Order: sequence, then structure tokens, then C-alpha cells
Amino acid sequence: MKKLIGFLGAAACVGTMQTASAGDITGKITLKGTPPPAPEMPLKADPFCGKIKEVAAAPGNPRMPFYVVDKSGGLADVFIYIKEGAKAAAPPAQPVVIDQVQCQYTPYVVGLQAKQKILVKNSDPLMHNVHPQPTVAGNKEANKAQPANAGPLEFVFDNPEVFLRFRCDVHPWMFSYVGVVDHPYFAVSGKDGAFKISNVPPGDYVIEAVHRKTHPNGKGITQKIKVGADGAKADFTVELPAQ
Amino acid sequence: MTRSNHSLWLNRFAVFTALATLILIGIGGLVTSHEAGLSVPDWPTTYGYNMFLFPPSYWMGGILYEHTHRLFASFVGLLTTILAVWLWIKEPRRWVQWLGVAAFFGVVLQGVLGGLRVTLLQNSLGFVHATAAQLFLLLVGIIALVTSASWSKIAANETWSLVPKGLRYLLLSATSLVFLQLILGAVMRHQHAGLAVPDFPLAYGQLWPPTDAAFLDSVNARRMDVFDPNPITAFQIVLHMMHRLGALATLLAVGAGAWISRSRLGNRAPLTKATLAWFCLIMLQAALGAATVLSRKAADVATVHVIAGAASLLVGGLLCFIVLRFSFAPSKAEKAPGHSGATRLPAPQTETALTTG
Ligand SMILES: [Cu+2]
Repeated sequence: MKKLIGFLGAAACVGTMQTASAGDITGKITLKGTPPPAPEMPLKADPFCGKIKEVAAAPGNPRMPFYVVDKSGGLADVFIYIKEGAKAAAPPAQPVVIDQVQCQYTPYVVGLQAKQKILVKNSDPLMHNVHPQPTVAGNKEANKAQPANAGPLEFVFDNPEVFLRFRCDVHPWMFSYVGVVDHPYFAVSGKDGAFKISNVPPGDYVIEAVHRKTHPNGKGITQKIKVGADGAKADFTVELPAQ
Repeated sequence: MTRSNHSLWLNRFAVFTALATLILIGIGGLVTSHEAGLSVPDWPTTYGYNMFLFPPSYWMGGILYEHTHRLFASFVGLLTTILAVWLWIKEPRRWVQWLGVAAFFGVVLQGVLGGLRVTLLQNSLGFVHATAAQLFLLLVGIIALVTSASWSKIAANETWSLVPKGLRYLLLSATSLVFLQLILGAVMRHQHAGLAVPDFPLAYGQLWPPTDAAFLDSVNARRMDVFDPNPITAFQIVLHMMHRLGALATLLAVGAGAWISRSRLGNRAPLTKATLAWFCLIMLQAALGAATVLSRKAADVATVHVIAGAASLLVGGLLCFIVLRFSFAPSKAEKAPGHSGATRLPAPQTETALTTG
């Protein structure tokens, strides 16, 4: 009994120590270069999507979110994750939710852990088909119908894959890109290009920033970093290749 | 009298089936152009419905193309079944009866291939399905040809024995080239990568485009012509360039075929007329190919390119069929019984033809 208490105590102690000294990796992704305008999604021309209130009320069609850049050059929708040095961890019980709103997947880019559940909802008054197209062996392709008001569809992918593509074949502009990794140390850059990976244990790592359009083969920009008790900072510049 | 009437209607029905097949290939092309092949996830049901009862209110987006393709395919299946039964009952030539049976099994196989492409989520089956469709069209086209009244006239024409050996091989090679072009085209279409080479007649402004990694990175990061930023690969660029070179080779081969036929058989020989028509079709097809690139793969242009491609193989295939049947070993063809109403060449004429040719 004493032994057990001692063990538990030690374990708790190690646990607290780790949490106490774990830091955040923060940084900003900046795009260098001016991308050409992205194509419009033909929402208004679609007899069903075009009837959705918000779509009908909008002055024009939204454009494909290939490059979402703010005034300071901050690049959104970049997936940043620890590529080397992180220990694999059990997935959280909380699922990641992807919704279909106004004939678009939202979010466009999302991260999650291998074996973590993905719930795909349909908030539109029409039917979509949800079609993940993994390319890594062991991750299963599926193609499921999802009529209006149907419950969420559940997907699980066992192996890391950046990016795993979801598409809807009814609406050929609908895509969502999922970064699947086997640990919890990942983030997606926000509208200002900023990101934060929380609670990273101290140590040396290689982190990678991948942008779907600039790095279509999933090979992004890497950086070696040292995470201390106060975390680390890592900025990336994504360069649009010259023409 | 009733019999010839009957075969007239049988032939009209066969021609109708061939035309319906050509349209079906066009609709199939639309499905691929709109990347809608998997917009209906189940088969043979449609979103759980019996496909004939699928409510029109669901016919939206990609579903419209895929579902129309399935319905029209069922129609062609029905036509082919009727054609096969009709041939079996009324057609006196055994081998033509069996062509009908082959068409029946062909259409069933083709339907199953299309279904498996959906349920197995296999893109590669998509291009097998597309290629098999062309062969099926050729089969139905042969049935339409041999049941027609012109068949006996074609058989009776004396110029077949004059067809030089080299021309036969040239026609066979040209048809094989067209078939190869169709396979290349089908692979390109089912790669779903949009236009691997976006300009014409040059390729990325050059005679032969670069395919190194840095070049591909730049192209992929900047291209805005598709919704799905599926990266263009070196393989796709090479495939695309092969298709262009193949088109050039086909044009030259068919043009040479028409030229040789004209100089050896004369202007009025059916082979000369047919190869000339074929050459015009191939030129149209090449122009449509260029238009497909220049229109940034507009779905309607791309679909007409698919239909004209199928028609090009049909014409070439029928020509080869006729030439193989009548110009090789004419004595054997004469022995074959049962071409109802076919007028035979008098033997001496054939001999003179052979010696002069
Ligand atoms: Cu959809």
C-alpha cells in the first residue's frame, strides 16, 4: 500500500512538473508574394445552393480560400505541427467537428490526432456527399450521402496524414483539408497568420508549416526549435514561387 | 418483301442503338468533366432509392450528371438487349447473331464496371470503363453496318481487291493510334488534375515543357483554374504531351491513308471517300482538342471532344473491319455463304484485279 501511494505520488509529481515546465510555441506565418485571384465558387448559379438565404443575399460569390492573407501579410489556414521529437499520444475523446454551411466545408483546414473522431455535420437545407480521400495506407476512403437534417457522420483515421482531403462530389468546389498527426502538438494559423501550439514539453524539435496550395505535396517548411520552460517562438515565411 | 422490310427496321434499330451509345459516351464525358463520378455514392441504388424512382428534387449539382448517365445507360442496356434478341430471332447469319450476343454481354459488363467504379471508389476503373465504352460502340457500329442495305453494295464493290497491303497496315495502325489516343485521353481525364499543360500550340510557352520540381511547385502554387488544387505532376505533363504528339501522328497516318487510297483506287472508290471523311473527322477532333485546352477545359467543349474521339474510333474501326473482310483473301470471302442479297464479283474480274493490283 505504501509502495502504491509512493508510486502515485511520484507519478503525480512528474506529471505536475511536466505541466509546470511545458511551454507554448507561438509564431506567425507570412506570405511573400502576391497570388493571382482565386476562382469563384459558383454558388449562385447552383439551383439549390443559390437558394440558401445567405448565399442569395450576398452581393457576389465567395472565392476559393486558396490564399487567405491579411494586410500585414499574415497567412491563414497553414497547418503547423511538430514533425520530429514529439511522442505519440492517445487521442482525446472530444471529436473534431467539420460543418457544411452555405455549400462549403468549414473549417477549410483543421488538425486532429490519429484515431480521434471527426464528426461531419450538414447545416444546409440540401444534400451533400462526404467523401474523404486519404492517400496514406491504412486510412480508409469512404463516400457517404448526407441529406438535409441528417445526423453527423463519423470518421476515424488511424494513421498520420497531412493533408487528408475531404470533398463533396455534388458540389465540385467543396473541400476540407485535415492534418492528421499522432500527437497533440499542432495548430492552424488564424486570419492574422498567428498560431500557438500549447503545452509542449521542453526539448528539441523540428516543426513544419504546411500550406495546402503552396505545398501541394504536403512537404512544407521546417525549422529546428528548442522549447524551454517559457516555450519558444517560430515565425515562418511562405514564399510564393516565382512564375 | 416483309423480310426486307423487317431487316430495314432491324438496321434502323441498330443505328439508333449506336447513336444512343454515342450520346451515352457524351454524358459519361460530362460526368467526368464535372468530376461527378462519385456524386452518387451507392450503386445500383441511388441514395438508397431504386434508380428509376429517385425523386427529381434531388437531381442537383454533380448528381444531375451521374444520375442521368445511369438512367441513359439503362436505356442503352434495354436497346442492346432488344437488338440482341431481335438478331437472334431474325438474323440469318450466325456470326451476326453472335455479335448481338457479344453486345448484350458487353453492355452488362460495362454497366457493372461503371457500378464497381463507384462502389470500390476506384479512379483507375473509371478509365477502363471509358475505354470499354469505345469498344462497345464499335461493336454496335459493326452490327449496324452489317445489317444495312449498303453492306451488300460495299461487298460488291470491286475496288477492295485493289487495296494494297501497305494501305491495309496503314489503316490498322492509324486505327490503333486512335485507340491509343482514346486510352491516353481517358487516363488524362480520370487523373482529375485539370489541364496539365494550359496553353496551345506551345506548352508553357515552349516546345517541350520543363518538368522539374521547382517548375512544378511554381505552377501548382499559382494555378487558379481549378477548385481542387490537386498538384500537376511531371507524369501528367508528359501524358499530355504524348496525347498531342499522338494527335499529330494520327493526323499524318489518316491523311496518308486517304492520299494513298485516292492515288491507288481512284476518287470514286468507297475507301477513298471513307478515308477522306475520316481524315476530316480527325482534323475536327484535333481542333476540338486544341479548343479544349484554349477554353480551359470547358465542360461542353471537352465533351464534344470525347464524342468526336469515339466517332473517330468508330469510323476507323469500321473501315478496318470492311478492309479486313473484303480485301484479305478474296477467294475465302467469296466462299462464305449467307450475305443475303450480296452480289458477288465474277471470278475473272477478281483475278485481273489481283494481277493488276
Ligand atoms: Cu456538397
